[in-house]
Amino acid sequence: MNKLSFILVLIFTSFKLFSQEEKKDYGEFHGNFELNAQTYAPDSVIDAETVDDIMRANTYANFTYTKGKFSAGIRYEAYLNTMLGFDQRYNGQGIANRYASYTSENLEITVGNFYEQFGNGLIFRTYEDKTLGIDNSLDGIRLRYAPIKGIRLTGLIGKQKLYWEYGPGIVRGFDGEISLNETFKKFTKAKTIVIIGGSFVSKYQKNLDPIYNYPENVGAFSGRLSVSRNSLILSSEYAYKINDPSSDNGNIFKTGNALLINTSWSKKGIGFLINILRLDNMSFRSDRSATINDLNINYLPAITKTHAYAFAAMYPFATQPNGQIGANFEIFYNFKRKSILGGKYGMNLNINYSQVNSIQKTEIIINPNNEIPNLQGYTSDFFSVGKELYFRDFNIELHKKISKQLKAAAIYMYEDYNKLVIQGKYGMVHADIGILDFTYKFTSKQALRVENEILITKKDTDGKKQDHGDWYMLTLEYTSSPHWFFAVSDQYNYGNPEESRRVHYYIISGGFTKGAQRIQLNYGKQREGITCVGGVCRNVPASNGFSLSVSSTF
Amino acid sequence: MIFGFSQNNKNTDLPSVDIKTLTGETFNTSDIKNPDGPIFLSFWATWCKPCIKELIAVDENYADWQEETGLKVYAVSIDDAKSMSRVAPFVNGRAWEFEILLDPNSDFKRAMNVINVPHSFILDKNGKIIWQHNSYSPGDEDEIYKILKKAASENNSDNQ
Repeated sequence: MNKLSFILVLIFTSFKLFSQEEKKDYGEFHGNFELNAQTYAPDSVIDAETVDDIMRANTYANFTYTKGKFSAGIRYEAYLNTMLGFDQRYNGQGIANRYASYTSENLEITVGNFYEQFGNGLIFRTYEDKTLGIDNSLDGIRLRYAPIKGIRLTGLIGKQKLYWEYGPGIVRGFDGEISLNETFKKFTKAKTIVIIGGSFVSKYQKNLDPIYNYPENVGAFSGRLSVSRNSLILSSEYAYKINDPSSDNGNIFKTGNALLINTSWSKKGIGFLINILRLDNMSFRSDRSATINDLNINYLPAITKTHAYAFAAMYPFATQPNGQIGANFEIFYNFKRKSILGGKYGMNLNINYSQVNSIQKTEIIINPNNEIPNLQGYTSDFFSVGKELYFRDFNIELHKKISKQLKAAAIYMYEDYNKLVIQGKYGMVHADIGILDFTYKFTSKQALRVENEILITKKDTDGKKQDHGDWYMLTLEYTSSPHWFFAVSDQYNYGNPEESRRVHYYIISGGFTKGAQRIQLNYGKQREGITCVGGVCRNVPASNGFSLSVSSTF
Repeated sequence: MIFGFSQNNKNTDLPSVDIKTLTGETFNTSDIKNPDGPIFLSFWATWCKPCIKELIAVDENYADWQEETGLKVYAVSIDDAKSMSRVAPFVNGRAWEFEILLDPNSDFKRAMNVINVPHSFILDKNGKIIWQHNSYSPGDEDEIYKILKKAASENNSDNQ
């Protein structure tokens, strides 16, 4: 259906609904708007890329309409031109997303673009994340059906969005979930809550390769179980994918699998968390030749901690779909008020350790002379850990209210980061990071935040500091509730092994918020880096100039 | 701004979206209700510093505000599969007593047209959205308190 006819149907349908209603119920219109613009000034010292058009802007606006059981929406997007760091195939403007949906008691029908996740996403997740420039929505049909209480069935079919076009493959999926406590009367009051689910997803892509007989239909299965009782929550999912040669795995005809186990135990004032994830050849896209963040059908969550402070997030882990095994441990503890360590207002402690290694791989050698290319790839022992370290993170966080006016946070972090594996450049980086963050509230509405961060890398055997060397950052942020903020921040790369690159990356910013309307203006230099959400990352290039963001929800 | 007219089939401004509880059970967002007073509904994530500051500020005042206005707080985490399992120990570790919900694929967030977290809403006793705010600065709790008190007094006058 083309855009115009879709909008006409939408208008017509709403019109018909209006005329049938005796009371004048016009339904509800809502939406949002977001604009991000940036100017790019030449700056060879920080390797800022210069562009001819000087200023670029990414804009999004959603409009949703709901009336009773009916809802519909469109999203307008404009990339004029696409800001640096986002895929330039976004250039242009138009309707990027439109859908209509009808819900009755136990059936929901959606046509158009939709976002959906089966279980943890190991074999299926479509989502959007504007900070990453990801939108892999399916354009097609989704049915959700709840035949009896506690049972939910979802079926879908569609093509995936690829910037302004569609990927070549067709994606089909089915998911079923049963909550035993809701479905069976005798378990309604049981203390143990059990939820079981399973999914099947298949993609179809025509094989045009003249030599190899690539599978045109590739299926993936997954099963999940969640059990919780009192303060204990255990959830796990196992996924399996048939052979799926792709540019990600070097076109080998090998099956893939994934296992995710999350366990937490917590009660008031204390919490423990353990996550385990093993992935083997689990890249799953609706185009076997797609790369970077394009056309992913599944989502492989990194289980390492997401850090919010700038330097703690400087070397972030990104999921390795071809193979990784790792674990994450975390402790949360609240020192009570009036205890020795808690003091007058109490104190919060968070300790986290995570490590991710390669998986063990033994290459399959069909003939030792290598006359025939190896199409089987490798075998992998499920229970052994590979020798190569990808990532290690140990950190301790303390949060304390010192007085009515003063709050403080302190963080120490040690990190091993295999930059060669994760970003494809440099090698291993070992970094120590320290953070002190104070917020002083000097009136009931005004506060000053002072944030100090330091990052120190180890020296390599040649005596040179690793990667970009040492950094110091100071941020001063003044807020006047509920409307204003002003901040100055400087990240100083004082320990860069190259003297000419010991640069100050300063940023001055100010913003105004009123209700759900927000405007912010920044000026300064942005260092090159990567920004990650959920183990999926995007490069942020170095830049120098003004940036403006405006957002509104209505 | 809300253009809501006679709500026949539901008594809330909130859309009907299936999200999850901490134990993985399905929860429909039209069931976010509080017959005793206003609702503070906050979208947050474990990796969002200002979100946590806002919830700490609300937590510090929760007992007083509850007594005074009958308030109920719903904190909807948009942590995805990556950090979703972190929410329960995180919340308990901080001894928060809010109603916690999980929105791992941002379905509810999208239906509410939320762009960034923290984004908070206040609903009155009748389920009408009467206030919303994006971002958090220390001291915002004063404004939240003002709106809650207003919502509670209007509710009382409705009953008379």
